[in-house]
Amino acid sequence: MATPAQLGLMDAASPVMEEMIYFHDHVMLVLILITCLIFYSMLVLISSKYIYRFLTDGHVIETVWTVIPAIILVVVALPSLKLLYLTDELDNPQLTIKSVGHQWYWSYEYTDYYDIEFDSYMLPLGDLSKGDARLLEVDNRVVLPVDTSVRVLVTAADVIHSWTVPSLGLKMDAVPGRLNQLALQCSRVGTFYGQCSEICGANHSFMPIVIEAVPVEVFEGWCDMMLDEE
Amino acid sequence: MSDPEPGTYKVAEVKTAPFDARFPNTNQARYCWQGYIDFHRCTNIRGEDYEPCQYFKHVYRAMCPKSWSDMWDEQRESGTFAGRV
Repeated sequence: MATPAQLGLMDAASPVMEEMIYFHDHVMLVLILITCLIFYSMLVLISSKYIYRFLTDGHVIETVWTVIPAIILVVVALPSLKLLYLTDELDNPQLTIKSVGHQWYWSYEYTDYYDIEFDSYMLPLGDLSKGDARLLEVDNRVVLPVDTSVRVLVTAADVIHSWTVPSLGLKMDAVPGRLNQLALQCSRVGTFYGQCSEICGANHSFMPIVIEAVPVEVFEGWCDMMLDEE
Repeated sequence: MSDPEPGTYKVAEVKTAPFDARFPNTNQARYCWQGYIDFHRCTNIRGEDYEPCQYFKHVYRAMCPKSWSDMWDEQRESGTFAGRV
């Protein structure tokens, strides 16, 4: 999860998020090079006491400063498009879960061969234990197996919400009547937090999302426990 | 394809609804709807015990939110369901 005064992105917990961080670094490199070049040029021009005689006319320089930015834009656009299509790719899912946004909580369904349904409400301040994250902990977490391709179907029951987990590189609007598909794959065990990202009413800030990625055997045990409870 | 008993659940044995080339979009609502229609059409023609129909049930159970399929069940019972089953 994010920490106070954090400047960079959160550590990646999925292959797609890793790619997003690489892309971010790539674009930052291009940006910093351009910014340095521009500032250097400005500094040199301002501090120089000479006046350039041919300031109003220069075909060569105009061609160069049109072609080079065009090449730079292509260098940024190609990996961006690659990433765009990668996030859309659903690789033969092993599990399907459904996430339904309500005012103001999320409910989840695991209904591949069994019926596990639960609501996930934010824990109020009084119920937090030491070390818990304020406004982020929930009573029922979404438990998922690691290294497993999961299809998440996101929808809403009332108004538009948005299901988001930054460290997995996921964000999908939950729209009533639509069933939006997300590909989720946790590459390591951990607890990943997110919050509703579409203004959905008074308690919009108080409907967090918590994913607990566990080894497959633990996930199977959790499913059995949930089936037992029903 | 029946529900597992508690204590027997295995991820490797679960096969969820596969990718369907008829529904390549982000919005999968149509996949859910088609699975629901196919199952009920199949059982209406072949009867409840016809095993291949269970595939469609498996698809719509995996793809449809419970509230959607429950609502359609009620509509079928009251004769107001919009689909041709």
